[in-house]
Amino acid sequence: MKVAGFLLMPAGFILVLAAIAMLRAPVPEAGFALAGVAVEVLGLVLAARSHMTVRRRRP
Amino acid sequence: MTHAAEAQWSEGAIAVCLFLTMLVPLACAGLALINTGLGRSRSAAHAMLAALCALGVAWTAYLACGFAVQGVPGGAAHIVNAAGKPWDWAGAGPLFLYGVGPEDSHTLLAALFGMFAAGLAAQIPLGAGGDRWRMGAIWRSTALAAAFTYPLFAHWTWGGGWLAQLGRNFGIGRGFLDAGGAAPVQVAGGLTALSIAWILGPRRGKYNLDGMPLAIPGHNAVLILFGCVLALVGWFGLNGAGAMLFAGGGPGLTALIAMNTALSAGGAALAAAAVTRARFGKPDASLAANGWVAGLVASSAGCAVFRPPVALIVGVVAGVLAPFAVEWFELRFGIDDPGGAISVHAVAGMWGILAAGLFAPMARPARPEDALQWLAQLAGIAALIGFVLPLTYGLNRLLDRFYTQRIAPDGERHGMDLHELGAGAYPDFLTHTDEFTLR
Repeated sequence: MKVAGFLLMPAGFILVLAAIAMLRAPVPEAGFALAGVAVEVLGLVLAARSHMTVRRRRP
Repeated sequence: MTHAAEAQWSEGAIAVCLFLTMLVPLACAGLALINTGLGRSRSAAHAMLAALCALGVAWTAYLACGFAVQGVPGGAAHIVNAAGKPWDWAGAGPLFLYGVGPEDSHTLLAALFGMFAAGLAAQIPLGAGGDRWRMGAIWRSTALAAAFTYPLFAHWTWGGGWLAQLGRNFGIGRGFLDAGGAAPVQVAGGLTALSIAWILGPRRGKYNLDGMPLAIPGHNAVLILFGCVLALVGWFGLNGAGAMLFAGGGPGLTALIAMNTALSAGGAALAAAAVTRARFGKPDASLAANGWVAGLVASSAGCAVFRPPVALIVGVVAGVLAPFAVEWFELRFGIDDPGGAISVHAVAGMWGILAAGLFAPMARPARPEDALQWLAQLAGIAALIGFVLPLTYGLNRLLDRFYTQRIAPDGERHGMDLHELGAGAYPDFLTHTDEFTLR
């Protein structure tokens, strides 16, 4: 889960970069950028929850 | 290597910028006092010494290669062409400021400011790692941050990098707006603090067997509140000098920037005090202090473009966010952050970056691309979460494999002062027993 979270964060960033580089119309560009940030937030939540799991396993 | 804008600077402007830059270490002193006051008394000397050593390490690492990575606008850089546009990813300046002569005052000024800003960024993770982060690990982690993480993002923001050029290359607003370093200093520092808090884990006794957090109050509220005032003075320098060096502001803008900074901090402290009073019956000193710093952080990005009432509103929102974020991270995600560094620097910093895009006045006559300023700010936030956080976490996790970052259990029980320094900060006082340890 931790690895997935830390992979989703750069994946979302690449989505934002792609939106900036490839889209010209403001609405799709903003939509894809927001989707990229949403993917990053998902990765952040996954990473945070995986660290909680690690903590619970500690004696 | 001469900065393109050097010819436009009078000696008076250089003197004002130098004076403002010299104020920045006061922000470091303020954060050091706040972090020390919010920690335990048995780790106080360690916290202050760690802050001093972090400054030394950060300044050295920045001089060695940080400034080369950061570069200056118009200077040598590593550029990749993609989608028909140049993407400026990193500076390619000289190591150890090689070749920068004493007559190149503007470049030296930018380097001095960058050095102090790197030192400030290094103070932020110390708040999250309080009471359990080894001194040797602090030095190593700080060196990585000051040599690579901070300068890389500072290049994107201040050194003419791809974020700063979003307006010119892609018609997105005026490019990423961040005069006072909310992104490279505050949010990057806050995300490093998050990485450190994850890697170190919570303090011994912070969570009971059911996973519920226990309150470990700071040991000295006076240090915390005095640190807030020192930080304000330091922030005048950070925002003022940053706006002059990297946002094209002149000395005449300094009064507006100082007013915006002070209003944002004051509004945020009042908001945090009101929120804690409404929730707990009485205002909480440490959370109100966190609110004050959150207001300072939130003011940084848009300090040169906000009108004073807008700066006040931005500060109030930051002051409301900070106490909720502190509680949220502690309760929901089990993150032990004694100094509130993640909430104050990462969360409030991101809010400030977004607010700069939402509330920056449009150019006259209005241009259609100015309506997309928020998108440039969002791209900066995406770069912080999607690039800086994985980078800083990966570097610190790698460091942890070779050099354990967390203190041994015995050291945590005795206190960092006795274990790592051999003497406490308050030798005349009775040493407390480990009142927070589960028996």
